[in-house]
Amino acid sequence: MGEYLLEIQDLKTYFKVRAGKVRAVDGVSFAIKPGEKLGVVGESGCGKSVTALSIMRLLPQPPGEIAGGSVLFEGQDLLDLPESAMRKIRGGKIGMIFQDPMTCLNPTMTVGNQIGEALRIHLKLSKNEAQKRAISLLEQVGIPAASERINSYPHQFSGGMRQRVVIAIALACNPKLLIADEPTTALDVTVQAQILDLINGVCSEFGTAVILITHDLGVVAGMTDRIVVMYAGKVVETATTDELFVNPRHPYTLGLLSSVPRVDEVRHSQLRTIEGAPPDLTNPPPGCPFMPRCAFARAICRTMPPLEVLPGQADHLKACWVDVTDPKEQAYAEKRRQTRIEKMLAATNGHAASSQAVAEEK
Amino acid sequence: MVETLVASKTLIDVRDLKMHFPLTQGIIMQRVIGYVRAVDGVSFSIERGQTLGLVGESGSGKTTIGRTIVRLYKPTAGQILFGDKDLAKMDGEELRLARQRVQMIFQDPYASLNPRYTIGSLVAEPMHIYKVASNAEIHERTAELLRVVGLRPEYIDRYPHEFSGGQRQRIAVARALSINPEFIIADEPVSALDVSIRAQVLNLLQRLQQQFNLTYLFVSHDLSVVRHVADRIAVMYLGKIVELSDRDELYAAPKHPYTKALLSAVPIPDPQIEKKRKRIILSGDLPSPINIPSGCRFHTRCPMAQQICREVEPVYEKKEGRDHYAACHFSEFVTQNE
Repeated sequence: MGEYLLEIQDLKTYFKVRAGKVRAVDGVSFAIKPGEKLGVVGESGCGKSVTALSIMRLLPQPPGEIAGGSVLFEGQDLLDLPESAMRKIRGGKIGMIFQDPMTCLNPTMTVGNQIGEALRIHLKLSKNEAQKRAISLLEQVGIPAASERINSYPHQFSGGMRQRVVIAIALACNPKLLIADEPTTALDVTVQAQILDLINGVCSEFGTAVILITHDLGVVAGMTDRIVVMYAGKVVETATTDELFVNPRHPYTLGLLSSVPRVDEVRHSQLRTIEGAPPDLTNPPPGCPFMPRCAFARAICRTMPPLEVLPGQADHLKACWVDVTDPKEQAYAEKRRQTRIEKMLAATNGHAASSQAVAEEK
Repeated sequence: MVETLVASKTLIDVRDLKMHFPLTQGIIMQRVIGYVRAVDGVSFSIERGQTLGLVGESGSGKTTIGRTIVRLYKPTAGQILFGDKDLAKMDGEELRLARQRVQMIFQDPYASLNPRYTIGSLVAEPMHIYKVASNAEIHERTAELLRVVGLRPEYIDRYPHEFSGGQRQRIAVARALSINPEFIIADEPVSALDVSIRAQVLNLLQRLQQQFNLTYLFVSHDLSVVRHVADRIAVMYLGKIVELSDRDELYAAPKHPYTKALLSAVPIPDPQIEKKRKRIILSGDLPSPINIPSGCRFHTRCPMAQQICREVEPVYEKKEGRDHYAACHFSEFVTQNE
């Protein structure tokens, strides 16, 4: 208690569909300290956005349903709060940036009014004061000629500029926590660099804690102190950023890191891949969700491994039975991978030969 | 003699290609009030069996180049030499037959596959159009193609919605391969896919290139992906190629400030490197392709811009190094990556 700004414990968010329940978030726990920058990484459908929406209680219910767990923010369980109290938190103490700056601004309101709205509701500023503060916020997020642009509508801004406006809204009331859900995915690289730089600068200045949700390992590497890796609605590994990239301990993290081409590296002949696709989360089978794609998998993986601290490393947790650093395990995994590749090549080489035969016949 | 030697190596040669889209005003009396100069004089060639990566930000015209080469648009000017034929000048039946040798893979596999067709008929359609074989043979070949791209032949009667994004992109690849093209234009083929699936599709494309000696034009905004797949890379900015070179040289010693900024903006998945890196942050956004800036089109965002850059457009010319082309007045001062 007290040490953490936000503490999520065993959060479960399900969606009711005709075929059953989609376990989008299935027992997720993590915590963030004041001022800390936490990255949440995973592929689409792994539950990272649903986690964010559950924290903010922005899920449409039904079909969504928070089936269990708690979200302690400054010691208070957000899941127990009445809607009126929750409204004060949203945009007040917790700000949020969404992925698509094209759709999350209101096209019929000037950006000045949209920033001012938050200020007038949460800080009870007058219209004039709100206007003044909105101008200084726009200046802070790097919009030139802010006092003129304040009366512009969102469509008059480019994508990067709109995302700056969204950031200004999210930070308007000096929140303790900023949740950024894929803030740069819709933007070009050069603009992405601008926006990440901005988020980093502004949050360090105000001491705002950040939860940065993304699928891009490069983005979290430069931006965060600690990383949570999610897969199929579960946290599979968490460690400090420095530790995770050097010493990944979950086969999924390992696979993810080696399957990304890097701009600073000369190519190897082929990328290492994670075969298969993420599982269907409607009524998933028990056991480790990564098992069907995991080269290290064995019989014990049919039981779900707990998320446990690595011996001697209080900051590094993983949910896996196997020690991936063990050479014996690595040899076993390598062998399984090879047989798989050979099988695949056998299938296609057969084709190459036969299509050549067809060509010769002609 | 020399000519035939060159011709046998070069598969496609694009010369001064321009694609301008007219902007009109008025409903009944339509007047042209300007042009969107999406592609504004681009030249490059690709050798057989090689991959040219085409990178740039959105709005730089990279997709338009791809689409113009397959003649989804009729170019405003320029040549698209494919062997001894100029695709830019073709029409009708001649164009239809020439297109057999060029196929395209699109970015979004959710939009590029007709939801009412089974994947078997989607993959077989090009073969039916070009009547490459009898129906029975086509059916057999379709099943084989599915196997080649890593899908089970039993899936032949399923519909696109039953597949995930990665699988759909495999279907699109199978369709592109079905009539044995020589040249494939891949327009952001992995951008819509998840990280772990992306690697699978990239590996597939590379394997197929080796097996069938394919030539690729690989259009992407992702410099890490392009570095992985391409032999040579062209960087586009506002409708023009600003730099073109061998892959490793481009990354090690860029000769255009835009390339350098672009490279430095790509995040690297390694916290140690990220901490040490100096990022060049470009100010502002891409200018509008309707009002292209005077002189060098990059001068509005360029950290090195001088007076001459505002006035004189730099020539796109050969610079020091192996087949290294760039369009910058100060290319020799673009320092190597720190």
